Amino acid sequence: MGTLSRLARRLADLVGAHRAALQPAVCGPGIAKLGATPLDGLPSVGLARLRGTHLKYFAPSTVEEAVGLLAQPNTKVFAGATDVIPQIRAGRPEPDALVDLKKIDRLIAVQCTDAKWIIGAATPTARLTANAEFSAEFPGLAEAAGLIGSDQVQSRSSLGGNLCNASPAADSVPAMIVNGARVVIATANGGTRSVAVQDVPTGPGRTSLAPGEFVVEIEVDRAPARTADAYLRMIPRTEMDIAVVGVGVRVTLDESGKVTDALVALGAVAPTVVRVPAAEAALIGSTLDDAALAVAAAAASAACNPIDDKRGTIAYRTHVAGVLTRRAAVIAGQRAAEKNGASR
Amino acid sequence: MTIAEDPATTAPGYKWVGTRMIRPDGFEKVTGRARFGADLKLNGMLYGHVLRSPHAHANIVSIDTSEAEKMAGVRAVITRADFPAPSGPAGDQDLQRNAMAREKVLYEGHVVAAVAAQTRGQAKAAAEAIKVVYEVLPHVMTVDEAMAPSAALLHPNLMTKGIDPAPTGPSNVASRALYQGGDLDLGFAESDVVVEGTFTTKPVHHGYIEPHAAVADTTPNGRTTLWCSSQGHFTMRAMSAKVLGWEPSRLKVIPAEIGGGFGGKTTIYLEPLAVRLSQKAGRPVKMVMSRDEVFRATGPASGTKIVAKMGFKNDGTMVAAELWMAYEAGAFAGSPAGAGSMTALAPYTVANFLIEGFDVVVNKPKVAAYRAPGAPMSSFAVESLIDEAATKIGMDPIEIRLKNAVTEGCQATYGPKFPRIGFVETLEAIKNHPNYQIPLGPNQGRGVASGFWFNAGLNSSATVHVNEDGNVIVVTGSPDIGGSRASMALMAAEEFGIDAARIQPVVGDTESVGYNDQTGGSRTTLATGAAVIEACRKILADLRGRAAKQWDVPLDKVEWVDGQAQHVDGTQPPLSLEDLAKGWNRTGGPLTASAALNARGVGSAFSTQVVDLEIDPDTGHVTVLRYLTAQDAGRAIHPSYVEGQLQGGVVQGLGWALNEEYIFDRNGKMENASFLDYRIPVASDMPMIDTIVVEVPNPGHPYGVRGVGEVGIVPPLAAVANAVEHAVGRRLRDLPLSPVRILDAILNKDC
Repeated sequence: MGTLSRLARRLADLVGAHRAALQPAVCGPGIAKLGATPLDGLPSVGLARLRGTHLKYFAPSTVEEAVGLLAQPNTKVFAGATDVIPQIRAGRPEPDALVDLKKIDRLIAVQCTDAKWIIGAATPTARLTANAEFSAEFPGLAEAAGLIGSDQVQSRSSLGGNLCNASPAADSVPAMIVNGARVVIATANGGTRSVAVQDVPTGPGRTSLAPGEFVVEIEVDRAPARTADAYLRMIPRTEMDIAVVGVGVRVTLDESGKVTDALVALGAVAPTVVRVPAAEAALIGSTLDDAALAVAAAAASAACNPIDDKRGTIAYRTHVAGVLTRRAAVIAGQRAAEKNGASR
Repeated sequence: MTIAEDPATTAPGYKWVGTRMIRPDGFEKVTGRARFGADLKLNGMLYGHVLRSPHAHANIVSIDTSEAEKMAGVRAVITRADFPAPSGPAGDQDLQRNAMAREKVLYEGHVVAAVAAQTRGQAKAAAEAIKVVYEVLPHVMTVDEAMAPSAALLHPNLMTKGIDPAPTGPSNVASRALYQGGDLDLGFAESDVVVEGTFTTKPVHHGYIEPHAAVADTTPNGRTTLWCSSQGHFTMRAMSAKVLGWEPSRLKVIPAEIGGGFGGKTTIYLEPLAVRLSQKAGRPVKMVMSRDEVFRATGPASGTKIVAKMGFKNDGTMVAAELWMAYEAGAFAGSPAGAGSMTALAPYTVANFLIEGFDVVVNKPKVAAYRAPGAPMSSFAVESLIDEAATKIGMDPIEIRLKNAVTEGCQATYGPKFPRIGFVETLEAIKNHPNYQIPLGPNQGRGVASGFWFNAGLNSSATVHVNEDGNVIVVTGSPDIGGSRASMALMAAEEFGIDAARIQPVVGDTESVGYNDQTGGSRTTLATGAAVIEACRKILADLRGRAAKQWDVPLDKVEWVDGQAQHVDGTQPPLSLEDLAKGWNRTGGPLTASAALNARGVGSAFSTQVVDLEIDPDTGHVTVLRYLTAQDAGRAIHPSYVEGQLQGGVVQGLGWALNEEYIFDRNGKMENASFLDYRIPVASDMPMIDTIVVEVPNPGHPYGVRGVGEVGIVPPLAAVANAVEHAVGRRLRDLPLSPVRILDAILNKDC
């Protein structure tokens, strides 16, 4: 991870150093050709070290420019590059060009209206977790976002990247799903469309995004009263690891402490995140008592469709999904109760 | 915390030894100025890339490099055809075959060819364009598979050594080590309590931060300079020369700063390839491994299977022990089965024992030394069984070890008699520490284990120069992997009686100082330190002679005190080191001396450790709550770096115990060749590791030094397993004790 964060920092330096040269070209037509910045001549740290080949790098400053760049064949977009660089290094097919979304203001902005939060898809997760209001309203989502990589990676990693990398183990995805998050997607024809977060990943490394499309923003409706979320994951270490199981739970309580709404989503136990309606049904109407939690845990385990791999076994993942569902529900319930009556 | 045996007699007024100077290499390292293996750039330098075997075991039918040679930027391609046919002793031939595959590849990652080109990308692309035709062979990945009667053979001529009668045909067992004493049947008959079990450990990697790197520059007349990061550049020279078919003197090896070794940088990988590519291309060539290559192609520690049985009397006396141990060697003979056999029971007196250690080849990378090589695995079995016996007898785990602990004069199970050693002191230190009394909560367990490791002596040289300003240069040939520059400076300061800041310790290249064996075997402070002390004393004798001459008095009237020559009667004004250095024009010339030695009087290292941990009964996750290690350092020259060694051994041992393992797929390919899925501990996994530096001086060293670098990794495997047993009520005998394994044990408790 040290190498990775060094690369990421270096990438930021490269952008700073070459943006001036890039800018005029990017503003005009024909950007794909003129804006090309071959990295071969740069100091041999950073992307140039990946292979020393012809990978080009673009840093557009508007969504429209990014759309134009992505119209070129074999061009890949990144929001933080914390997955893209290691993947290329590990031998994944190398694109002809990379388009960095971090220089588009809209993609690194965090806004809050009366109705919703709008989070730029490339916003560094460190900025999100440092946002006290956001973290208070969505503590589980903030925690999940804060689990992506190391402190250094946190300054690059993003919700949009975590989602579109489409790892079944992505930490922020179950947490976004239980909060009903949607994404705004820039389409290849210059428009936008909006879809639910759970409809973006379609399998490991695969998304429903069409060629040339990318996620611009994530939208999360403001949390109702007495509502809170929690995200828990199991990793063998204490950090710098990939979830063997991840569980997001959100509950809404009434004034008596009874659950009126619940959402449960499991990560790393199936090709995509799994919603567990049976667990949600078990929690709704309960006071998060032992009996309800046991039913929810069993339902979560039953919803798992995991694989045996180097990170965990089917039996282990199935069991721990139930354990974490119970624990996350309890934490979410406590948090919701603490919000007792406060609107948010 | 430091416990000296008897401060009045063992700390005779040292001024510098035992102090905590800022390490001389510290500034360069923390400011990023230190030059590690991959930092060197030369004009016209090419980049090398290795083509590695994708198969665990295959014949190489043909290699076609013609396409690769024509590709852009390519300046040299090498294969087996560019190296002399393997010759010499079996070990040398293995070294040659491991550096570059000959008839067949023996593990995934085995070198098949290498390319030098103008850019890394060109070199990689060309390597991928080399056409290799393989005939895939059946592979064997574990000692069980390799020792099975019908097993595929890695080497057609490998005949087991150490078996009587000698075997009539080849096998995958390279050798058997045997240590025995007393009468085993009698011992078990006398036993009140017998404990036994089969233990397994997986291959683990050191996880040094710095990957292997080498730069070679061969001139047209054949002289070659090689820069590399290693634990011993003289050894790199010798080994590279063997593979190249050269005399060692044709090579000059310049040591780069080393970013972690732990035993893994005691052999060659890229070095001879870089040299041959450079020779063929006529240009300097740089090669740097990726982390993936480090995992797939450099030596891990052996995976092992150990069948153990031990017998005790009801008072805790160990009366019988039988160990059958098989160590994976990787693709070539040379596992530390022998060392594992020698160390297994070394901390204890046991009248009746039989230890067999088998060195078994499998289709994995050849193992390399790893911190006390061989000892952690055998200790894991022995210390687990001792714990089980203590539980059965109802004895405290420290008491049962005290009951059987070796002391001065005891004969070790591997032969020699121990001189003064500090094992009992480490046990007492743990027993008397407050950590050992802290009450435990639910799901928590406490585990104790001890361990032994040798100190190596071997060959060391040092040259000491006094500059004209009275400051001192100390040149050794021992790469500094654990703070040895600081310890050399402190010992030289003690000898000269001058401020340690006036000593400049230098690691010289192979042409700047006499031969030095590797920094390994916990030997450097001890052995190279002894050479430094001897060279300093030669200069001190010279200095006293020059003062005597200047004062025109007999030599015995001059003594060296606090950095200056003094007349014993005080009739002359003292002459400082600066004074004598300034005057060398008329007293005999510059002040310099060298010393070279086979180090003798090596110590023995013992450690006792206790760990408290807590297990999440629903996930199997282990939290290490606290850790305490007590180790006999003989004399801590620089206590901070001694404590660091103690802690470092524990960290690596905890990783080995809890989560580290090589995972292979059905085809013998490694599945977790990255730090993401090969889980070394991260900082937040670690508790504070408290250290107790016990100082029972080694009678064989001028300052009482014992090597401290290795033994710390021996006890953690069993200490953790013992603590887990006490926390969950199940004895786990297969490492690593990952959450999956522990949860399985908890959920299937009744099975």
